[in-house]
Amino acid sequence: MATTTVPPSPSAKLNRIGLEMTHYKGNKTTLCAGCGHNAISERIIEACYEMGVEPHRVAKLSGIGCSSKSPAYFLNSAYGVNAVHGRMPSVATGAMLANRHLIAMGVSGDGDTASIGVGQFVHLMRRNLPIIYIIEDNGCYGLTKGQFSATADLGSKLKTGVINDLPPIDTCALAIQLGATYVARSFSGDKRQLLALIKGAIAHHGTSMLDVISPCVTFNDHEGSTKSYSYVKDHDSPVADVNFVPFFDDITVDYDPGTTKDITLHDGSHVLLRKVNVDYDPTDKGAALHMLTESHDKGEILTGLFYVAPEKPTFIDQLNILDEPLATLPESKVRPPKEVLDQVMQSLM
Amino acid sequence: MATIHAEPQADSSPAGQQQIINNLSIQVATVNGSGSQTANLVLLRAIFQMGIPVSGKNLFPSNIAGLPTWFTIRASQHGFIARRRDSEYMVAMNPETAEEDVMTLKPGAACVYDERLNLKRLREDVIFYPVPFDQLVTPVCPDARLRKLVRNMIYDGILARLLGIEMEEIHKALQKQFKKKAKAAELNWNAARAGHEYAEKNLVKADPYKLERMNATAGKILIEGNAATALGALFAGVTVVTWYPITPSSSVCETLTEYMKRYRIDQETGKATFAIVQAEDELAALGMALGAGWAGARSMTSTAGPGISLMAEFVGFGYYVEIPAVIFDIQRVGPSTGLPTRTAQGDIISTALLSHGDTMHPMYLPCSVSECFSMAMDSFNLAEELQTPVFVMSDLDLGMNTWMSEPFEYPTKPISRGKVLSAEQVRQMGGFQRYKDVDGDGIGYRTLPGTPDRLCGWFARGSGHNEKAIYSERPDVYVNNMDRLAHKFETARTKMPPPVVVHGATNEVGIIAYGTSHWAIEESLGQLRREYKIDAGYCRLRAFPFTREVHDFINRYERVYVIDQNRDAQMLGLLRLECSAEEISKLRSVRHYDGLPIDARSVTDEIASQEGAN
Repeated sequence: MATTTVPPSPSAKLNRIGLEMTHYKGNKTTLCAGCGHNAISERIIEACYEMGVEPHRVAKLSGIGCSSKSPAYFLNSAYGVNAVHGRMPSVATGAMLANRHLIAMGVSGDGDTASIGVGQFVHLMRRNLPIIYIIEDNGCYGLTKGQFSATADLGSKLKTGVINDLPPIDTCALAIQLGATYVARSFSGDKRQLLALIKGAIAHHGTSMLDVISPCVTFNDHEGSTKSYSYVKDHDSPVADVNFVPFFDDITVDYDPGTTKDITLHDGSHVLLRKVNVDYDPTDKGAALHMLTESHDKGEILTGLFYVAPEKPTFIDQLNILDEPLATLPESKVRPPKEVLDQVMQSLM
Repeated sequence: MATIHAEPQADSSPAGQQQIINNLSIQVATVNGSGSQTANLVLLRAIFQMGIPVSGKNLFPSNIAGLPTWFTIRASQHGFIARRRDSEYMVAMNPETAEEDVMTLKPGAACVYDERLNLKRLREDVIFYPVPFDQLVTPVCPDARLRKLVRNMIYDGILARLLGIEMEEIHKALQKQFKKKAKAAELNWNAARAGHEYAEKNLVKADPYKLERMNATAGKILIEGNAATALGALFAGVTVVTWYPITPSSSVCETLTEYMKRYRIDQETGKATFAIVQAEDELAALGMALGAGWAGARSMTSTAGPGISLMAEFVGFGYYVEIPAVIFDIQRVGPSTGLPTRTAQGDIISTALLSHGDTMHPMYLPCSVSECFSMAMDSFNLAEELQTPVFVMSDLDLGMNTWMSEPFEYPTKPISRGKVLSAEQVRQMGGFQRYKDVDGDGIGYRTLPGTPDRLCGWFARGSGHNEKAIYSERPDVYVNNMDRLAHKFETARTKMPPPVVVHGATNEVGIIAYGTSHWAIEESLGQLRREYKIDAGYCRLRAFPFTREVHDFINRYERVYVIDQNRDAQMLGLLRLECSAEEISKLRSVRHYDGLPIDARSVTDEIASQEGAN
């Protein structure tokens, strides 16, 4: 499909499909200054620009909450749905059924995903729908002024002094166990890692689930919070250094083959994992779950790509749908001829 | 016993009694899960094949096996197919309910029963036909495990003999029922024959009821409403179907799945021109349908009352963001779980106004299987033209029972996709505003995700938005948007089917009804005329919002009875919302809400009573 392009300004740098970075920008954010969510929006913009994603193919999807406002702050020329609270997965599923060529970019929050939306989240992961599902995870409800969400850590403290006495839901462990095929955790402040993980997610064929710790500067960035900037910086323990090489580039990154694991994604891109502190195989589901459990026990916030299964068929593959979008099929393809009705009527006489 | 051990008779009609031809109701009382549905449908079909107008009502429990179930077959030479309160014939197979069943019979009625139940002692004014079912089934069904399922077919043979149903038609109906399962068909056929032979040799006909071949069903079809709805969706060109199982709607999507697999696989590629997904719940089912509608699919879901409740938030979203989707509501008895296998028109008000804030939704009100078919097709066009969720309000009686109908007509109207702009159109215009009322009908233009131009993108949000679909909390923007949506609803009014109106001889009494109540009203009009000299006019609603003709009807009559199959007179409530004070003052209510399909007698007697005519 052709994309109309506005003539680039002479100085602007164009990406591989001839678009400037401005093409990928969104509206001005209305979130708090310093909100981790804004940094995530910036990484999405960079990743889409650098990957040469066609904006018109992107379906931006979200539920309700601070996180869910952010699709308005990137890719203005894409299509978007800001759905109802916790129900973005179903809307995304319907959109992908209607047009399998869309790139579903879902942004949710920890409340939107792990509390009200956990039911739809579970089934989305289980179906392995082609979608990039980002949780902007600050462990609290920002838009209703700081109540705990279901990802808040045990013992974590609210600004008001209330202590969380329930254990957190680990959305990554849940996603791995349920069938998502690209599962990672990152930190909104880790530009390099987050950018590589988002690019990998764009290149991936099935469900990519990224839990991004994104401190709430207003309600959850104080002492006693386990989702504050300082806490995450101190406890962040990358499982491996992530590098991403898109399919249109050769692998020229400087790496030592003995210490790097190369994972080829469905579109031919590569995710390169440089071992840091564990000898770790991201295609082993059991090992990934074990590692996450262990890190919880140690009080670490493990980040990086935990699990990837590039070849598993997606929900769309399984439905054996026509390659052209169902949305725009002509009448001749969707209304059977009169003979069919006659035949059915005959059988009922 | 009066009727057993008698000599076989050459002529099975009793001497000196006037026969009653082609006018009876047969009630079959069995145990759920005993294969009685097959025996009942074969009976129904055999009568239909004899050219006699017939209808069947299945009254079943919310259970898979072991609870009582009743099936009523009504044959009517006049073509009346509503449920009747009384039956002339009873087949008592269920030990649990047999005694109570027999006590409900009118004097002079006939009862075929399992000999072991010894029912004869209960009534002197009923004609009894005892049958040793166990003795008869053993020789025709050597496999003891299958006997329970085959046993019921024996009463088909008994009734065929007693009522004059032609055995060839039983045979044909059996083959139709079992299609390619030849062995099962043969086993059942042997059972029916054993019943027929037994009756021939041992039962003396002592009742006046008889079925005789006539020619009133030639060229007609038999179909359940849910299958008709599925066919409508198939020919409407539905592309995305998302649903969650719930009685009585499940068979809509199950039947549709069968049809789609057969008729909607692309010839060239062998791939599906559709996607069908069983969702995790009704919230997800509608979320998917709306996501698909936003992205340009013709999408639908089907559900019943509890599902409608769960969909409430998403329906408001669809209304406000303006996304098409079709929701089939096969209504049942509420509130809560209510009576999940019984019929009602229980969701009229809650659906018309579903969701929070100011919302109103178009609803089709099919009364027949042919309207299930045609309104399904119309609803997809309307949803896309109006860019809003559209409801089709069927019910359990219509959806799950088998109805006689003229064959359905192939659609003459092309598929209408509504106001969708291509990239080229948007480029030529230099952009577009999603929610701007360009044409004065309240309906904006939309682009579909994936349309390849940067000017085409837009953001669908359930929060306040301006004409450009940009977030706004400005009071004037909100008011303008809500007023435009109200105006769009007025456009909907011009697109809805008008009521079907038949005027009475005087302007005293009018009747307004909708959906399956129609079949009772059709019969009740004659009863009112004959028995009470009330010659009423009749207005059958086919849609909400109401069209001008509904007001004309109310204005013409002095008193207007609104017939509802719910406790709270829900349609009357909706009429009140749209009628003038003078119109409202004329409205009276007739309500029927015991879970059984409404019958003519109930309507007739209630109207007569309110008219002071009895």
